[in-house]
Amino acid sequence: MKILCLIRQVPDAEAKVKAANGKVDLEGATMALDGMDEYGVEQALRINEGGANTVAVALGNARFEDAIRRALAMGLERAVHIETDLLLDVVSQAQILKGIVLEETPDLVFVGGQHADTDSQALGAALAEALGWNQVTWTTELTFDHGTAKATHDTDDGKESLELSLPAVITTQQGLNEPRYPTLPNIMKAKKKEIRKTSPDQYGIVNSKVKIVSQEIQERARLNKLIDGKDPVAAAEQLVKLLHEEAKVI
Amino acid sequence: MILVVCEFDTKLKKSALEVLGAAQRLNDGITAVLLGAGASAVAPEAALYADQVLVCEDALLEGAKNMAQAVADLSEQAEANLVLISGSRGGREVAPRVAVRLNAPYLEDAIALEGIEGGLRIQHYAYLARVTETLEAVAPVVVATVKPNTQAVGSPKANAGDVYDVELELSPSGVKVLGRVVEKSSRVALTEASVVVTGGRGLGAPENFALIESLADVLGAGVGATRAAVDAGWRPYGEQVGQTGKTVQPNAYIAVGVSGAVQHLSGMGKSKNIVAINKDAEAPIFKVADYGIVGDLHAIMPALIEAAKKLKD
Repeated sequence: MKILCLIRQVPDAEAKVKAANGKVDLEGATMALDGMDEYGVEQALRINEGGANTVAVALGNARFEDAIRRALAMGLERAVHIETDLLLDVVSQAQILKGIVLEETPDLVFVGGQHADTDSQALGAALAEALGWNQVTWTTELTFDHGTAKATHDTDDGKESLELSLPAVITTQQGLNEPRYPTLPNIMKAKKKEIRKTSPDQYGIVNSKVKIVSQEIQERARLNKLIDGKDPVAAAEQLVKLLHEEAKVI
Repeated sequence: MILVVCEFDTKLKKSALEVLGAAQRLNDGITAVLLGAGASAVAPEAALYADQVLVCEDALLEGAKNMAQAVADLSEQAEANLVLISGSRGGREVAPRVAVRLNAPYLEDAIALEGIEGGLRIQHYAYLARVTETLEAVAPVVVATVKPNTQAVGSPKANAGDVYDVELELSPSGVKVLGRVVEKSSRVALTEASVVVTGGRGLGAPENFALIESLADVLGAGVGATRAAVDAGWRPYGEQVGQTGKTVQPNAYIAVGVSGAVQHLSGMGKSKNIVAINKDAEAPIFKVADYGIVGDLHAIMPALIEAAKKLKD
């Protein structure tokens, strides 16, 4: 089975995000492979042990190369990097990635369930539609039997088990597996793995359908009234009083 | 014309009323769309909020692919310039497909919507809800999803809109549903509760969630859990709050034994009051807390339940 893993480079979840003049400033921010994408990389390596026929695909700026190297160090065989500084809307991204899928002809494409920068859940579904494929979103279990996939995924009010034929797009999340850490020898090997470079205009996309007008960090000022819990009864009574009389929420 | 895709069971879901409310405030004609089994029965209710209602109960209306085809086809028939869909998990797996079919810009999970010349401007959260972004798109048709619990519900009109049965040309999607599990809770729905009590790994063991449930019962609150508590198998996924779970913004969010990882904060950071109980004074949750007790939750929670009971009596 041939597998593509779409991956992204995003600010590290624990990193402080800064904004200036209505724009997020990632200069100097610690960046990392999106945690949601790691589940897809791990799953690909479990399906194709040793990483044969697994390809990382990344659409983003030059810094995405770190995420690509990380995915290669985890074990993927090679990578395609559609390098661009454009921040493209998801429909345009899907149109470009469709082009890559038609070149690479995988049976399966893994996409992270939600991106840690745009907070978007849309790319997997958009790519599936561009290809005319079926999708499973928020997947927590995945098995295969003679070209048929069985998947369990989370829904709004519980979960659902599905059976579908390949090719398909699968979006990944926690619970699917426990992603591995790259070993030192594999990090060294990853440096020599092939990264094919291309650009959005090769796929007819030159601008975004959506304009980012502004980005603001709106932090709510918090009261930070902390009570010492050495005397649990007194502390509990004080908290209840604050919530009832001051905050008026209970 | 705004095409509103409505979620329903035996009546319109709250999410549908919210999206209809957002559509009404944009001040344009509204076509409500009801797709799937049971749609006809809900049509009279939907007609109170729309100029017209399109109903289809085709048995093939199942799965994101066919739902998206149906919505895109009806959008073209109704000559919609805006397609609005709930930002529920289900809505967010259909909407991007609709946008691709219509070659339209897609604006996702809006918390505020505003019509602009030839298009739409929205606000939404980004960077794990740490950033509020304003986005706009100008195009013949725009597709947008609306974040649940951010919009006032629509107002019923005196004159109900017309209801039309529509036919769609669908083929089998190739996805077979093998089984469904619906998690039911006897408590108030997490996303609609005005108080939420959430437990994390700091509780130490699944049976200690009894402390969370007791306090929730006294306060009439919803019960939440962190990803760590869900991953450990202590609680069902439906209770999970955070990036991969539910987003809540209650009047009071009481986090017990919760460290406050950014993925968790992205699901509850907009709560009006945040209350934290944790023995580690350095826990990140205290940085975003309005009120808190630094101490051993096993001693504090029983005292807190008693104090809350006293208040309620």
